[in-house]
Amino acid sequence: MIATLEFGLDTFVPVTVDEDGLPIDGAQAIRNTIEEAVLAEAVGIDSFNVGEHYRPEFMDSAGHVILAAIAGRTERIRLGTAVTVLSTQDPVRLYTESATLDAISNGRAQLIVGRGSAIESFPLFGFDLADYEELYEEKLGLLVRLLREQPVTWSGRFRSPLTNQVLSPPIAAGHVPTWVGVGGSPQSVVRAARLGLPLMLAIIGGRPERFAPYVELYKRALEQHGQPQLPVGMHTLGFVAATDEQAVRIQWPHYQEQFARIGEERGWSPPTYEHFLAEVDHGSMYVGSPETVARRIAQVVRTLDLSRFHLHYAIGRIPHEERMEMIDLFGREVIPRVRELLAAAPEPDATLAGGRS
Amino acid sequence: MAVAADHLTAEAPRATTREIDDRRLGIVGAGKFGTTLARAAVAAGYDVAISGSGPSDTIALTIDVLAPGAHAATTDEVVRHADVIVLAVPTHRFRELQSDLFAGKVLIDATNYWPPVDGDDPELADAAEGTSRIVQQHFPAARVVKSLNQLGYHQLEESQRPHGAPNRIAIGAAGDDQLAVRTVMRLLDHLGFDPVDAGPLENGVALEPDGSPIATTYTAEQLAKRISRCEATHSRANGPYV
Repeated sequence: MIATLEFGLDTFVPVTVDEDGLPIDGAQAIRNTIEEAVLAEAVGIDSFNVGEHYRPEFMDSAGHVILAAIAGRTERIRLGTAVTVLSTQDPVRLYTESATLDAISNGRAQLIVGRGSAIESFPLFGFDLADYEELYEEKLGLLVRLLREQPVTWSGRFRSPLTNQVLSPPIAAGHVPTWVGVGGSPQSVVRAARLGLPLMLAIIGGRPERFAPYVELYKRALEQHGQPQLPVGMHTLGFVAATDEQAVRIQWPHYQEQFARIGEERGWSPPTYEHFLAEVDHGSMYVGSPETVARRIAQVVRTLDLSRFHLHYAIGRIPHEERMEMIDLFGREVIPRVRELLAAAPEPDATLAGGRS
Repeated sequence: MAVAADHLTAEAPRATTREIDDRRLGIVGAGKFGTTLARAAVAAGYDVAISGSGPSDTIALTIDVLAPGAHAATTDEVVRHADVIVLAVPTHRFRELQSDLFAGKVLIDATNYWPPVDGDDPELADAAEGTSRIVQQHFPAARVVKSLNQLGYHQLEESQRPHGAPNRIAIGAAGDDQLAVRTVMRLLDHLGFDPVDAGPLENGVALEPDGSPIATTYTAEQLAKRISRCEATHSRANGPYV
């Protein structure tokens, strides 16, 4: 089981600051991200994945174009989305983009699809948030059919029907691995199981072990729907630097800025330093030295029985240079150390035991 | 608007209102919040029935795994099961439920309307007396109490503390039917929170997401202070219910 553990980096292609603390150009942010992906391959990271947003601080509005550029500069690393906001995408277009990326990269395309927690794409593309659930259900159903069997004859509520439709470029059935991103909705967990798609848990706050029941729900739902057991992955947040102190010092102001802004939009209170440190200590911020972060990752991989670990790295506007250093440490030090820890006998887990008081 | 609302409230079966002290709870909505609350209520010794949007077998496995001990049910069965019901559906979906469904029941409105997430809903957006007033108007014979809306689903579970614990987290309850509010306050205490009487239903505004207590953990004293700062009218009482 441990042998199949894969590590990914996820990014929203943020408009970072430069070394003087001034925002860089959005186009430069895209080019920097491509360099970060190239480095990720060089240091042995298994996949690089780009989000989907339509807002000034993130440049990931056309993820497949960025991924195609990365594909041209790399040979081995898998390239995917994290996550595609499927509710407001046309599954036909998503198929053609993914299949094209798969061709360019010689079979390295993957997808993580979800409902998305950022909802700016709804008004932008003319969808009604009131249809949130129905849109997702319909589009996921169509996407799965397009990826698994063509020609497709299909009709639904939100797009024109398809009759014996064959799409190009062709891909073999199941060739583009497609995961379902879930943020804690039990219904989404069961849906992923029903469709026979692997599960990616988005854990972006609080104790990760609280997702253990969702993993159990997924496994039992797979059984109930007659599906084979499928892998479970996790997307979470973090930053690695040479020492714990340095990592916390670099990450905190950017975390504070980003979560204050999101909080303003969503009605959350601004984050406190105390809250941040709690997230770093036992929550969903994997921040620290390579050893600290590796220990926390090994622990959560065991607790949730994970096959994939995706780190949304360097939250906020952390400069490109520090991102590059982080990726280097993650690939060269964190990943080998996690594998080493997992190969050793599981140790008694003080943090977990203490956390359940 | 306010006059109509008061009138409707007056029509509710006031003479028969009572404090409910059994440990039965109904939850309408089996999403992340509903299932988390079901788990917490079972742990607090409640007999819980919970429903999703369809037949009960579609959520049976989910409830079995996430809230063992709770009963997966239809919404009609949930209403028959308990006199205290939690509304835990996506905000705008309360309108899909029949207006007389919760007649005579204590209905805890745990929903929050937040336009960037829920989309435009003019009626909820313009609710000067809070969105729970709109919910009350939709269910005129229910005893609506705004509560359990302040914490995210994982905070709910991570913040529970036994009665009397230092720095226990507070949750407010706002409603026009005082016995219904007292019923909810007892539930909050059992769930592991310091209940704070937030006054009449329109004071629920103070518990809604506008930079007020949402997703923030306050003690009873801090929360009561915030509510009294926000409220337009006098509150009956502030402070922990014992």
